[in-house]
Formats: sequence, structure tokens, C-alpha cells
Amino acid sequence: MTDKKTKSNWYEFTKGLIKENPTLVTLLGMCPTLAITTMAVNGIGMGLATTFVLVCSNIVISLLKNVIPKAVRLPAFIVIIAGFVTLIDFILQRYIPSLYSALGVFLTLITVNCIILGRAEAFASKNKVIPSALDGLGMGLGFTLSLFTMGSIREILGSGSWFGIEIPGISSNPMLIFIMPAGGFFVLGCIIAMVNKLANRKPPKEISCDNCPSAAICGGSCQNREKEADK
Amino acid sequence: MKELVIIVLSAVFVNNVVLSQFMGICPFLGVSKQLKSSIGMGGAVIFVMVCATACTYPVYILLDRFEITYLRTVAFILVIALFVQLVEIVLKKVMPPLYSALGVYLPLITTNCAVLGVTVANIDSEYTFVQSIFNALGTGLAFSLALILFSGVRGRIEHSDIPATFKGVPSTLIAASIVSLSFMGFGGLFA
Repeated sequence: MTDKKTKSNWYEFTKGLIKENPTLVTLLGMCPTLAITTMAVNGIGMGLATTFVLVCSNIVISLLKNVIPKAVRLPAFIVIIAGFVTLIDFILQRYIPSLYSALGVFLTLITVNCIILGRAEAFASKNKVIPSALDGLGMGLGFTLSLFTMGSIREILGSGSWFGIEIPGISSNPMLIFIMPAGGFFVLGCIIAMVNKLANRKPPKEISCDNCPSAAICGGSCQNREKEADK
Repeated sequence: MKELVIIVLSAVFVNNVVLSQFMGICPFLGVSKQLKSSIGMGGAVIFVMVCATACTYPVYILLDRFEITYLRTVAFILVIALFVQLVEIVLKKVMPPLYSALGVYLPLITTNCAVLGVTVANIDSEYTFVQSIFNALGTGLAFSLALILFSGVRGRIEHSDIPATFKGVPSTLIAASIVSLSFMGFGGLFA
């Protein structure tokens, strides 16, 4: 009994790292993934800030899941998330001002990161506290991992350095395009293709309702509408 | 007047919200499959952005009066979420044709980071009320332009022969990269 329980908790933690990696597999939280990964260190900072918010909001939402009425659950979740975002905003502003200014408006925009609302809706509002916290931690670290990968590739190719340390040979003549917006889209496209190749899996055709946090409100009506337009 | 035109034009071309600031990528990739849905989503976003800015600006002045501006993230997202719900209810009752055109896209907009992004950016750049409204209008137009242009590109991708690994989302992202590259040509237009 206990063995089974720890195993399932371990599963909740590890699934977010690779198997259901939020950015590369379920394609959530694309905006910060593309915007702030011009440097590896920014990727890690953003990832950890999001992890903090994700774990805290998952815990609180899981505790309050029987108190919040179903009809107003989304506004309630958003307010809980926004509260923790304000908190991390203060912490970074006070202790790591360089990261605070590098992340800029995207720190505020953690509030509307699809991963957090998506996990709140899909997991924390249905599960107990400990699995929810582990789920948040796993998903957050998976997010951090993919941001770190993106950031490393873009920093090495685009600035010729890694964590600010210049790499001899490339640093004199880096490919600037990789730290520009166009390079962000390109690198993410290639990484997703590579992950699919390695996992020997067909790439997702589109962003489906399974992963769309708004699906709870719209009930898939956007998809049905497109199908109607097809006919 | 000239200043307002520059704000709109630079929001649309130079600092395009999707292609150079990376806000609202999810709807950009999710809803850009067809021209018709792109236009619907674009219209809904322009409408909500302008009205949300009109709502959040007074709220910020109020927060500033009580010196609690650190609450702006909570206050803004709540205002936007309430506003979107309200618009949905009002449109359904008062203007059914407009509701059927924009309605399904409205709930998706609450979590569109471009809307929260533009309201926060207006405060950060210390725009006046009129400037904020025009900036929101420009940003909404920029989002629609990117969505409509990209739906054309995606129409072509569907029918081309791509390596199996790149089919679907990877090829879409690489196409977005090329569209974004073309928008870099506008850089420095109003510098």
C-alpha cells in the first residue's frame, strides 16, 4: 500500500520532466519560452520563478478546491496565481535586481502563463495536496529544463558565450540572428522536431483542446467552429 | 496627432506584439489555421484590448491614489477577466450577430498574455490616457495583421511536402520565424 503510494507520487513528479514536458510536448507557455531565452541564465531564472508560482498556487488551489464554487473557479484561480506572482516580483526586485530587469514585463505575465492555469484546472483542482505540489514541482522543473536548453543554444550560437563566459572561436563572430525574435521561433521549432524524432513519435498536428486551459470555458467551441468552416 | 500616428504605426510594424515581443503566441499558433477564424480572433482582440485599457487606466490612477500600485497585477487581471465575461453577456443579449462572430473567441482572450501585456506596458511607458488607447489599438491591429498574414502562410504549408519529423508544429514555428524575419525589415523606421 505504502509502496504503491510513493510510486505514484514519484510518477507525478517525474512525468513533467520529460514525458509530459509542458513546452516541448504539450506546447504550453510558449510566450516566455520564446521571449526571454536569449541567455541561459535568464531561462533558468524564469523557469525557477514560474516553478515557485506553480508549486504555491497548486498547493493553495488543491487546499481550496472544495471551497471555491465551480462557476467562478477560473477568476478565483487567476487571483490566487496573480497573488503569488506579485510575491515573486517583490522577492526578485529586492534580492536579484539584475534578473528582475532582464525578465521585465514577462515576470508579470507569469500570471497568464497557460501552464499554471492549465495545471490548476487539470490537476490541482482534482487532487490532494502532496501530489499537486509534486506535480507543480515536476512541471516547473521540466519547464526550467526546456528554457535552459533553449537559452543555452541561443546564447552559444547568438552571442558566442555561455553563462556570460566567452567561448573562444565563436565569440568574435557570433550569429546574431539567434538572439533575435526570428531565431527564437527557429530554435524552438528545431528542438520540438528533434524531441519528436528521438521519442519516435508523430509531432502534434495542432494545439488541441486537451492542452488548452481555456477549453474549460469555451468547451471546444473554437474547434467545432473551424470544423464547420471546413464543410 | 502626429505622435498618435507614430504610436500606432510603430506598434503595428516595428514592435509587432507577436513577431517581435512574443506575446499571444498560443492563439497565434492555435487559431491561425484559417483566414475566417483569424479575422474573428483579431477583431475580438482589438475590441477587448482597447476596452481593457480604458478600464485599467482609471483603476491604476485609483491604486496610485492609495499608494498600492503593487497590487496592479491582481487588479488588472481581475478587471480583464470580469470585463471579458461582461462583454460576452452583453453581446449575447444586445447584438447577437456580433456575438456569433466574436463570441467563441472571447473566453480565450482572458488568458491571452498580449492583453495583460499591453495594459502593463502602457503604465510602464507612462502614456497618457489617449496615448494608451491608441497604443492598445495599434497592438490589437498588429496582432490581427500577424494572424491574418500567417493564416495565408499556413495554408501553403498544409499542401507542401515536409519531412515527417517537421510536420505540424515544428514547421509552423519555422514559418513563423521567417515571417518574423521579414518584420525585422521595419526595425529603426521611427528611431
